[in-house]
Parts: sequence; C-alpha cells; structure tokens
Amino acid sequence: MAGDAHDDGKHGNRLADEAALSARLQRLGQQLDQVKSSKPPDPAAPRPQADTSAMARGLRLSTELVAGVIVGAGIGWLLDRWLGISPWGFIVFLLLGFTAGLLNVMRAAGLAQQRQGPKQ
Amino acid sequence: MAADPIHQFEIQNYFPVFKIGATQIHFTNSALFMAVAVGLTAALLIGATSGRRLVPTRLQSLAEMSYELVANTLRNTAGEEAMRFFPLVLSLFMFILVSNVVGLIPYTFTVATHIIITAALALTVFFTVIIYGIWRNGWHFFKLFLPSGIPGWMAPILIVIELLSFLSRPISHSVRLFANMLAGHITLKLVAGFVVMMGSVGALGVFGAIAPLALTIALTALELLVAVLQAYVFTILTCIYLNDAIHPGH
Repeated sequence: MAGDAHDDGKHGNRLADEAALSARLQRLGQQLDQVKSSKPPDPAAPRPQADTSAMARGLRLSTELVAGVIVGAGIGWLLDRWLGISPWGFIVFLLLGFTAGLLNVMRAAGLAQQRQGPKQ
Repeated sequence: MAADPIHQFEIQNYFPVFKIGATQIHFTNSALFMAVAVGLTAALLIGATSGRRLVPTRLQSLAEMSYELVANTLRNTAGEEAMRFFPLVLSLFMFILVSNVVGLIPYTFTVATHIIITAALALTVFFTVIIYGIWRNGWHFFKLFLPSGIPGWMAPILIVIELLSFLSRPISHSVRLFANMLAGHITLKLVAGFVVMMGSVGALGVFGAIAPLALTIALTALELLVAVLQAYVFTILTCIYLNDAIHPGH
C-alpha cells in the first residue's frame, strides 16, 4: 500500500472499494447466519448410521431399491398366476414395488420421514 | 483349484446325521463353522465373565464391551421395553460377528456367504416383528401401513406401497450381509491369486507380485472392517425393525 502513496485518488478509491467489499462480506455473513439460525438442527433427524465407507452406503441403498422391485414383481407374478389376470398384476405391482423401493431408499438415506422413534 | 475364486464357498458333506423323508441331512463345513462360532461366543461370554473381577481382564472387558454396545444400541433405537429382545439381538450380533471374523482366517469357511443363512436370520427377525407386533398391539399394529395425515383417496395406494416396503425388508436385510461377505471374499481370493500367478512367471513376475501382495494385505484389513461393520449394521436394522413392532403408530 505504501508504494501507492503518491497516487492519492487511486489509493482512496481502493480504500473505498475495500470498505465496500468488507461491508458486503459482513452483510452476507449476517444473512448466512440468519438462514442457519432459522433452521435449527433437527433433533428428529435420523442419526447417521454406521455407513463409514461410501461403498457400504452405496450397497445399502442399492439393495433397498432392488428389494422393493423384487418383492413387487414377485407379488404381481403370483397374483397373475392365482387370479389369471396376466399381465396386469405384474405390471401394476412392478411399478408399485419400484415406488416402495424408492421409499425404502429415501428412508435409508434419511430424506423421507422415518418411522416413529422410541418416544410414543 | 487355487485360482478358482468360487471354490471356497462349496459345501462339503462331512458325515450323515439324520434323514428328513428321503433327504439325507449331512454335517457340512457350514455347520462346522456355525458350531465354531457358537462355541467361541459361548467361551468368550461365559468363560471370560466367570471371574467377575472388578477390574476386568482383557477378555472380560471384551465381553462387557460387546454386551454394552448391543444393549445401548437396542435401548437408544427401540426404547427400554425392547430389552426383552436383548437375548435375540445379542445372539444375532455375536453369531454374525464371530463367524465373519473367523471366516477371514485362511482355509476357513464364512457362514454368511450363503444367502440361506442370512435369509434365515433376517426372516427370524421379520416374523418376530410380525408375531410380537400383533400379539402386543392387536389391530393397532396395522397402523404401520397407514401413514397419518393422508387424504382418504390416497390411502389404498399408500397402504399397498407401505406393505411392499415392509415385505421387502427381509430381502434387503439378508442380501446386504450376504453380498458384502461374498463380494469381499471373492475379491480377496482374486487378488491373492494374482500373487501366485505372477510369482510363477519368473524373476520379473516376482517383482510384479509385490503390488497385488500389498493390495491383499490392505484388502484383508478392509475385510476385517466390513466383517465387524456388517454385523453391527445387521444389529441396528434389527433394532429399527423391533421398534416398529413395539411402537407401530406413525
């Protein structure tokens, strides 16, 4: 800064710029604090489970999805055989199973409402 | 045979035990290592705590740690009332943990690499939840399938989806343990196989075998982590499902 002392106008401008910048930074910081404080940490949020490695997490989520689809497809196929409504049972229950699988994944990832906790 | 990564999962009949109908039931290597897991667990829990010292020995504190881990998990997840299921949950945890860790020793057999075993364990939990849930809550148990605050016209679809989600639990519960153990052991065998294959090539091969050897050691450590972690994950999920049996309302 000392090297710029001979150019007062430029120096002043730069000082003003820096003041404006720091004021903006402060405002932004305050706004961020407000946003943070308006969303207190949700105590009902599911505790992070023992997913220490990303691979374990991926395996867990994928089995949840696949399990839903398999159960839906299996039930649809059985209904088709018992009621003779092929292929409608399979089609409908495959889609419903996919939905159930997505619900499983969202629950496992903590995005959907978990089933109720220990408090009644 | 050494290069066949699937061979380690083969069931071998040791000697016939009894017959059910026309089916001969054999004592197999799977049964042997199940017995080993149960024996080691019993030796640890009964033997190590028989001294009942105030300042525990190493084995005693290991037994106490496993007890407290499972008891705390069950209490925090499903409440104080769930402690009546503590024997079931501790048995599941110790059986899976000990059989997984024993299976990491070369020339042993990992019980959880057969889906029939993990499925039997998961179905035990599944039917415990259903039977105890209906016995304790009656019709109230079926509120599990009806999320609260749902408009009436959506209820039929959502009940079916929740029912499918409930029925898919034993599948994801069992497949997760089974797939983790199976994949880990196949990877370990494949990478270890490279060491033998490269070592038989010559001097350059021996030098090249250093990398897979280091990877095998790293993978063994990872597999130890996975073995313990999957036993714990199976236990946590058991606790979450038991919680539904005790508190079915949404």
